[in-house]
This record gives sequence, C-alpha cells and structure tokens, in this order.
Amino acid sequence: MLTAPKLDYALLAPILIILGAALVGVLVEAFIKQAWRAKLQLAIALGGIIIAFEQLFRVRNQTSSIAAVTSVSIDGVGIFMQGAILVFAFLGILIIADQDNFAPQASALPGSSEEATALQSGKQQTEVFPLTLFAVSGMMLFPIATDFITLFVALEVLSLPLYLMAGLSRRRRLLSQEAALKYFLLGAYSSAFFLFGAALLYGYSGTLSLNGLTDAIHGSGGNDVFLLLGIAFLSVGLLFKVGAVPFHSWTPDVYQGAPTPITGFMAAATKAAAFGATIRIFYVGLDAAQLSWKPIISIIAVITMVIGSVAAISQRDMKRLLAFSSIAHAGFILTAVVSLNKNALSATLFYLAAYGVATIGAFGIVTLVRDSAGEVSDLNRWVGLGKKSPLVASVFSLFLLSFAGIPLTSGFVGKFSIFSAAYESGNIYLVVAGVLSSAIAVFFYLRIILMLFFADATNDSVSVIIPSLLTRISITISALVTIILGVAPSLLLNVAQNFAYFLR
Amino acid sequence: MSILTTLQLLPLFGAVVIAVLPVRNAKLIKQVALGFSLLVAVVSIIMALGFESNSGALQFVESRAWISAFNINYAVGIDGMALALILMTTILVPIVFLAGWNESENGRWSVKTFYILLLILETMMIGVFAATDVFLFYVIFEAMLLPVYFLIGGYGFGDRAAAAMKFLLYSLFGGLLMLAAVIGLYIISTNQGGGTFDITKLSELTIDTATQNWLFLGFFIAFAIKAPLWPFHTWLPTAAKSATAGTSTLLLGVLDKVGTYGMIRFCMSFFPDATKTFTPAIITLAVISILYGAFLAIGQKDINSLIAFTSISHFGFITLGIFALTSQGLTGAIFYMVNHGFSTAALFLTAGWMIKRRGSTQISDFGGLQRVTPVLAWSFFLAGMSALALPGLSSFVSEFLVLLGSFAKYPVAAILGTTGIILAALYVLIAVQKSLHGETPSSSAGMVDLNLREKIAIAPVILVLVFLGFYPKPVLNVINPTTQSVMTHAGVSDPVAKVAK
Repeated sequence: MLTAPKLDYALLAPILIILGAALVGVLVEAFIKQAWRAKLQLAIALGGIIIAFEQLFRVRNQTSSIAAVTSVSIDGVGIFMQGAILVFAFLGILIIADQDNFAPQASALPGSSEEATALQSGKQQTEVFPLTLFAVSGMMLFPIATDFITLFVALEVLSLPLYLMAGLSRRRRLLSQEAALKYFLLGAYSSAFFLFGAALLYGYSGTLSLNGLTDAIHGSGGNDVFLLLGIAFLSVGLLFKVGAVPFHSWTPDVYQGAPTPITGFMAAATKAAAFGATIRIFYVGLDAAQLSWKPIISIIAVITMVIGSVAAISQRDMKRLLAFSSIAHAGFILTAVVSLNKNALSATLFYLAAYGVATIGAFGIVTLVRDSAGEVSDLNRWVGLGKKSPLVASVFSLFLLSFAGIPLTSGFVGKFSIFSAAYESGNIYLVVAGVLSSAIAVFFYLRIILMLFFADATNDSVSVIIPSLLTRISITISALVTIILGVAPSLLLNVAQNFAYFLR
Repeated sequence: MSILTTLQLLPLFGAVVIAVLPVRNAKLIKQVALGFSLLVAVVSIIMALGFESNSGALQFVESRAWISAFNINYAVGIDGMALALILMTTILVPIVFLAGWNESENGRWSVKTFYILLLILETMMIGVFAATDVFLFYVIFEAMLLPVYFLIGGYGFGDRAAAAMKFLLYSLFGGLLMLAAVIGLYIISTNQGGGTFDITKLSELTIDTATQNWLFLGFFIAFAIKAPLWPFHTWLPTAAKSATAGTSTLLLGVLDKVGTYGMIRFCMSFFPDATKTFTPAIITLAVISILYGAFLAIGQKDINSLIAFTSISHFGFITLGIFALTSQGLTGAIFYMVNHGFSTAALFLTAGWMIKRRGSTQISDFGGLQRVTPVLAWSFFLAGMSALALPGLSSFVSEFLVLLGSFAKYPVAAILGTTGIILAALYVLIAVQKSLHGETPSSSAGMVDLNLREKIAIAPVILVLVFLGFYPKPVLNVINPTTQSVMTHAGVSDPVAKVAK
C-alpha cells in the first residue's frame, strides 16, 4: 500500500501560497466580469506575494532537508533566494500592472481583425498575472530543489509561463512573438540538455539526489566519462538560463522583443532563480568533482564578462544594451560561483539581490520613455532626456552607475564582495579580467549618461509619460534600495552572510 | 564627532541647505554657498591651530564601523601632510566661489546645481585626505569624479561633453586597477590575522616581492593618471580647456594632488620594497614629464592648455621629489603640492578673467593688457612668476628642495629637471610678453580691470604665495614629521648629511 509522503507544509507554504494565488487568478480570468478583473488580479497577485513573504519570514530560521521527503532542502541560501525572488516579483508586478504594455487579446493574430476589435473594445485580458505567479512558483522551487527531477520540473514551471509572457507585447507584436518563439525553442533545447545531463549523472551515480551524487563522486574518484558528460550537459542547461556566453544569444532578442515590464521581471528573477539552482548544484552536488568543471566554468566566466561588455558598446537599442549588460553581470556572478568559498556565496546572494532590484527599476524607466507610437528603446532618441525629464534621467543614471559599479551604489559593493571572494580563492586572473571588463563596461554606461545629460534634444526625441502610481512606487523603491545598499550595505551583507550556507 | 568629521559634513550640509532654496534666487544661493565655504575655512583654521605640529602621529582620529562584514570603518585622522592639503582645499574653495561668481550662469543646468555639486565636491576633497581606511579612501576617490564630471560637462566650454567623458574614463580605469590592488591587500591582511583596511595596520603587513610589485603598480597607475604623469596625462589638457576656471582650479589644484598624496601615503608605506624597485623607472617618467610638459607648454596657443601643460611639468617635479627618497625631496614635494595648488589657482583664475573679458582663449588675441587692465595684468604676471618658481615666491622654495633632494641621489635626473626651470621661464615669459606687453589691439582696448570682488578673491592667493616664499617655516614644520615617518617606514635614509634648512 502506498503511504502519502509526509510534507512539512509550514516550510513549503510560501510556494504553495503563490501557486494557490495563481490558480485563483486563473479562475478570476474565467469567471469574473471584465471590468473588475484587472484590479482583482493585481490584488490577488500582490496579496499572494505579501502573504508568501510573510510566511517565509516566519520560517526564516528553520532548516529542513526532509520538508518534501528529500526533494527540497530548506536552508539559508534557499530561503534567501526565495525572499529575493518574492521581492522581485512584487516590484515587477507593480510595473506589469500598467496594462498598456500588453496585447489586449494575446490569442488574436497580429494585424488580424480580431486584434483590431480587441483594441477598439478596450477589453484587456489579464492572464499575465497568473502567468507571472506560476513562473514565480517555479523560480522559488528551483533554488531549493535537491534532486534532478524536482529541478527539472521547477525549471519547466518557471520557463513555460515566461515563454508565453515574452509574446504578450501590445506594440511591435511580431517582434514580440518572434522573441517568444526563439525563447521557447532555445529554452526547449537547453531543457533537453539539462535533462540529458541529469540522465547521464543518474547513470553514473545511480541516484537523482545531489547528496547522492556527491557520495558517488567520493566513492569513485570523480573521473568518469558519464560524470564528465553529465556535468557538461547539465551546465549547458544552467548556463543557458543565466545567459552566459556562448549560450547567451537568445538574451538580446528576447529582452528586446518581450514587453518591457516582463523583461525587467525576467532579467531579475530568472537570473536569481537560475543562479540559485546553479550554486546549489555546483556547491552541493558537484563540489567533490570541482577539478573537472572549475577550469572550464572559469573560462566561461571570463569570456562572458568580456563579450558581454564589449558587445554592449555597439548596441543602439536600450533594451539590447541592458541585455548585454545582464550577460556581463552573469559573468561577474559566475566568478563568484567558481570561487567556492563562503564569502563567494554571500557575495553571490548580495549581488543577485542588488542587481535584480536595480534591473527592475531600470526596465521600469524604459517603459516610461515613449513617443506617440509607444515605447521607444532606440538609443539615439533618448538624447537630451535629462533636459526634458531631469528626475527620470537622474534615476536611470543611478541604476546605470550601479551596474557600472561606481562607489556609493549597491553595484559597487556587490562587485567588491565578488572580487574579494575570487581573490581569496586564489583566482586572481578572474579579478583582473573582471576589473578590465568593468572598465570596458563603464564606457557604455557613461556614454548613455552623456547622451542623457550633455547632448541637446533633437526633434524626434522622446518624451516621458507620467508614470502610474504603481510604477512610480516600484521605481522609487528600486532607486532607494540601490542607494541605501550602496551607503549602508551592512543591512543586506550581514543578512546574506547569515544565510550563506547549504544544508547537505 | 571629531572636528574633522564636522569639517567634512559642513559643506554637505551647505549643499542640503542650497537644495531647499528657491532655484530662481541665484544671488541668495551664491551667498549661502560662499558663506558655508567661508565657515568651512574658518573651522579648518581652528582645527589647524589645535594641531600638534611636532608629532608624526595621526590626529583628530575617529573611527566608526561602516561595513562590518569586511571590517570597513569610517576612519579619519590627519597628519601634517593631510592637514596642509586640507587647509589648501578649504582656503581655495571660497576663493573659487568668489572669483567665479558668474561662471555658473551659462551652464546647462541651474546655478543651484552648480553650487550643490561644488559643495559635495568639497566634502569629498576633505574626506579623501582625511580617510585612514583604504576602502573609504577608494570610495571617495572614485565618487568625487562624478561631481567633476558634471561640472565639466554641464558648465564648461567647447567640446565639454567629450572632455568630461575622457576625464572620467581615464580616472575610472585607474581606479579599477587600484580596486584590484585594494582587494589584494585586504585578502593578504585576512591571511595574516584579520582582514583590515586600516592604513597603519596594512603598512605593517609582510608581502612577498612579486605580489608587492603588482599591487604597487595597481595603486601607482591609478595615482599616475590622477596626478598626470607622462604618458597618462592626455586627459588633462582637454579637461582644463573645457572646464570653467574654478573647476580647473579645483581639478588641478586639489584633485590631482590626491595622486601624489596617494603615492606617498599608500605606495610608499604599503610597498617599501616595490617602491625601491620601481624608483628608477618612475624617476625617468618624472623627468620626461618635466621636460615634455614644459616643451609642450611653450608651443600652446590656448591659455588653459598652457596652464595644463605647465602642471604636467610641475607634477613631474613633485613625483621626482617623492621618489628621490630623501627627506629634502619629500618635504619639498609635499610643500610643492601646496604651492602648486595656490599657484595654479592664481593662473587659472586670472586667465579665466582675461578670457571672460576678451571672449577668447588664444594668447595671441591679447596684448598690452598692462596698460588697459594693470591690476589684472600684474596678478597674471605674479601667477606666472610663481609658475616659473621665482625666488621670493613659495614655489621657489619647494622646487629648490626637490632638486636638492634628488640631486643627492639622482644627479642626472636633477640636472635634467633643472633645465625644466629654464624652459619654465620660456613658456611663462612668452605668454606674459604676448598678452601683457606690446601693442594693445583694438579688441582688447575696452577691457575693464578687476572689480573689488575679484581683487578680494586674488589677494589671499598672492599673499600666500609671497608669505610662504619668504617664511615657509610654518608649513615645513607641519610637513616634516610626516616626511620623517614616511622615510622611516619606507626604510630609506638620506645619503649625505642633511643640509640645514
């Protein structure tokens, strides 16, 4: 007779609450009157996130490796990542709530008469809220999963809604749908790689769990063709999700095509979830075999930093530029991943949190810059924005300075902690590569600031719409966090240090 | 809260006050800014009076935990060198405000923004010399670039955006190299019993030779870009050409001193062995800078570029004095840093007035100013004499000390450096002759002489130059203990018996 597995609901509750809110959202979409939907969906999504965060806060000091038999491990890193993802989701949804960015009826073909009707009637579908929540639940599961089946399920749960969300843009719909398709196809490939890697590792170790894998490596000496191939394929899947070179080519296209609020949410939260899982897999599952993967991941970190920074220089589109900047940041975080010490772990946590918040804020501002035909991401048309809207331009510059790692912003502290962790582990060449690519990156961030402030506006320059209250709240929080973490980083650094441990 | 922290926070408080003033009332904003800068100057003088000049120890120290995860503290304290540089800063700022009363009005942004940026900059300039925590120093070192970037890009002339960008990129590049070295030092200190950024503790580390050399270079290149040493100097002439007179004064007079200050404070005390290894190379660069700066200055047609190149030459002298590793050389170099601040201020401010009145930056557009605007002309003349180190002006004392100190160890370098003095006479006198003497072209005939405000601004600068030229003792007394402790720490001593000062 089968017995039901024993689940520790208190510890799993944050994920379950989000899933529940997502399901309620689906019902709302089906049964509630059009006029009430948007507000109700927003309330459900925000409410779900707040309650989930509250529950997470309540169990923050508990740990368990048997919360769901042995499939998940609730530990410091897991709880920190879940909290960070919930914060990103909260800030992201505030911007997503501006429904003007989304197609009124996503199922209508671009240019069809259904689309025109949907536009005219002003009836806006709001499936984006439950989709976001489903993605969030997957993202929260991904960093705590400790066996390959759960990891894969989480990966798919977080990815599938994102593929759809990337295609929801109201304007330039073909570009958006192209992005969605590209993301889906490449994402499917990378999932397949991940699964194949998991299968090979199962063949090697005879177990699906990360702890079992470590034991097997200790038993066999860690030099086995199945192990090496398994690590390689698994890494491809993970590196695709974090957007590391040479698996990065989807990033600019998807970032550009997706509706900007989705891009911001995705850039912050997907990266956090994927890195959360990556550090768990590498620190817990593959630590014993580090000699086999560390050199190659280090090289990938270096080329990711360099190519991300160099390629960003030639970009003429703000969203593509931020995409390449996110690639460069993935390289910086990989630097910490290969450092394999406790400081690297806390540096990664801090960096992901600081970078994510600034990213959501930056993309939030991109949603505000428009002309009569909608959002404008062409860099040349941002010229002189500082004159027209000094506040928006200043806040955007603040985010850029944080990305560039200028002192007194959160990005600097993140970079400093990552570099010192890398130096500590003896990877001085990674520090040098990081410093040099930072120098390259500084160039294109500053060039934007230069364009915003020191150039005169041309006739086809854009204007900034007056942001909705929710967008304003989101951007304000992001900006404040970016400054506060730059001036008083201890507030989060100490938390990150306390949570920088895995339960093996 | 020590008086040092108070001094740092005062300008910042002034910036906050200005931020709430109405943007239209430019006059009030200027008066408040000037008031705060004068207050800062007074407080700094009060602080200086309480300074024990015969002690080599850090004074007015204060330390508070900032980022406990990395044992980073807000730690400040000053010795004689830092005191002299802080005093120079706090005295120059009100002079700059007064001299460039109207230079904020043709900018891209409001007068209000201009003074907020300048006051924030003053806070950082004091902080950068006061910091005794390397991380704090680094943060200010980098963050202070931003106000200058906006001051050049927003209120400058010509191709100001490009000049601002070039300035920032050069400095940030150097800063990032330094960041790597700072992290390296931190990790080394972690491995030797407790990570720290305290400069006293860091200077007691034992570091192996290879690491020392790399870390030294990380710091040194950052400082060589800052205090532009050939071949890292190319940003300076463009920046000086585009910035307003006041910004240039602070940029060359104070900010660039952070470079030479850092060489003494960090390069020499953290890496004594590497310092000795690299000394010959650095001396060579210093001599090249002296001659290169002087030769290019002779050929400049633009007044501001001329001043910029003379500064490159002078920074060569300062670097020569520092790395001669003798007490006269070092004392001379530190004194030179102070004198150069005032001397450059005199040059940039008087040149700025000439440019504003004539509407041109070309030396050839001026002529016979001695007849039309005698006070302005005499001020420019004196500033020029200070640049060529005329005996009786303070720069002579420092230049003499530097050459004396370096001759003891590097006679060839000192002799080559001395030719720099002759070239200095050439570039100054050519500019003076062309602009002040000869025929007065009709375009210059209508120029008006300095008004009372401008006279009040330039008077203290000239007073300082003359006073310290005849009686340098008060400043030298303050500097000497620093020199002694740096020399002792770097493990070097004077080669011959000391020459009586």
